[in-house]
Amino acid sequence: MNTGTTIVQFDNVGLRYGTGAETLSDLSFSLRHGGFYFLTGPSGAGKTSLLKLLYLAQRPSRGLIKLFGEDIVTMPRKRLPGFRRRIGVVFQDFRLVHHLSAFDNVALPLRVAGVDEKDLQGPVGEMLAWVGLGHRASARPATLSGGEQQRVAIARAVIARPEMLVADEPTGNVDPEMAKRLLHLFDSLNKLGTTVVVATHDLHLISSIARSEMLRLDRGQLLDPTGALRHPPRRADA
Amino acid sequence: MSAARSFGAADRRLLPEGRLAGPMPWVIAIMMFLTVLAAAAGLGLGGAASSLGAGLANRVTVQVLEPNPDRREAEAARALQRLRRLPEVESARRLSAGELAELLEPWLGAGGLESDLPIPAMIDAQLIPGARADSLRAAVTAAAPSARIDDNGQWLAPLGRLISALKWLALGLVALMIGATAATVVLAARAALDTHRATIEVLHLMGATDVQVARLFQRRIALDALFGGVVGFGAAALALLVIGRRIGALGSDLLGSAHLPGTSWLALAALPVLGVGLAMLVARATILRALGRML
Repeated sequence: MNTGTTIVQFDNVGLRYGTGAETLSDLSFSLRHGGFYFLTGPSGAGKTSLLKLLYLAQRPSRGLIKLFGEDIVTMPRKRLPGFRRRIGVVFQDFRLVHHLSAFDNVALPLRVAGVDEKDLQGPVGEMLAWVGLGHRASARPATLSGGEQQRVAIARAVIARPEMLVADEPTGNVDPEMAKRLLHLFDSLNKLGTTVVVATHDLHLISSIARSEMLRLDRGQLLDPTGALRHPPRRADA
Repeated sequence: MSAARSFGAADRRLLPEGRLAGPMPWVIAIMMFLTVLAAAAGLGLGGAASSLGAGLANRVTVQVLEPNPDRREAEAARALQRLRRLPEVESARRLSAGELAELLEPWLGAGGLESDLPIPAMIDAQLIPGARADSLRAAVTAAAPSARIDDNGQWLAPLGRLISALKWLALGLVALMIGATAATVVLAARAALDTHRATIEVLHLMGATDVQVARLFQRRIALDALFGGVVGFGAAALALLVIGRRIGALGSDLLGSAHLPGTSWLALAALPVLGVGLAMLVARATILRALGRML
């Protein structure tokens, strides 16, 4: 584990879709290996776009991004899959594969990585049980509630023990108790060395992880480029 | 573990529809039916052209037309002797009275040769490959002034050229059909990519390689092509067997020479296998190219 070293480095990064105005402008920051980060900001601030750059769904229009110590802006396309396998993603719209069961959705990252069928039965079953869906393993996403789908999406994101977990509003559709359980899961992963980046509006969530840091975006720019305001206020019980 | 490996047993579940998805298997079945028929026509015509060339094109018939029977016999004997000495002639033999009677029976009826009608003496000569009938003419007419030489190759040449043109037309149709099948696979692969774009994006973001994703589609398209190939070949083989029986019933030597030997059937049976291979290659190339445009 390289806790403390830089896992993500952004230098003057800008992102523009098509010929429109820049969605993200002049982003310069770094994330430490093993850190826990909340990304906040109003709707339309560019949180999802920033996460897309982090999980390699998009390349920036300008600037430099280093991920795991390598420049991913000019990296050949054929090398990207190897990097993506090191990142777990919880999408805002879950992006579950609708014709697959909850079990098969959670097993996808392991199957992509080439894990044998006999070796994935146990971990997937345990992960589903952990998110409270052990009894719904064979259910298709369409038969699951929004909260259950979100938990399947989270289980899928963390099943392969990624080096970095990127989550876009991961607790938006679950009740407070489940939100607490999921955050505890993220916290446990983080303690094992996974760098966690969570985009959220939920201030309660932000204050519940004592060692977390905060990145605040507004209109595509970081509000706190110096990092002076990175540490959010803490709850008394945190 | 290997980055390039497939998703294993889960392959079958990653794309939702069953094996016979959409019209593609049936389009391939129709293409295969037409391809097999065209290829069979090409092979049959090729066989007919070879058989015509080997059987008749290198032969000449010498007719001794002298009306006087004694002089005709003498001229025929001299012509036969002369022919057998020529280096261009591989073999020569005189047709017997029985063979002449058999040839003339359709026109003169049974016992036609027993009438007073003067019947030419006929000599059948097999030439060596590349020899020309013209080179015999002077020698034969010197020995038998009333002899006339019929070059079988001369009257068979236009028929041979027609058969050859039809053979190439049939093979051209096979090539066109292969192109159309490849185009069908390209369209089917693109449609499948569009249908499953959301799944592909998720797989990509989890680190699936292009080859892993392409294998999912290759497998599906190969199964569709195999189904279409087997159905199309089966229907075409049935049609060819029925047509073969009808031709056999005609009793025509010319049509009969266009039969399909066992090796031709083997070549035809290889077409569905080649079709599956072609479909897989085209699908793979199409999908990899399309995936290459995604990040």
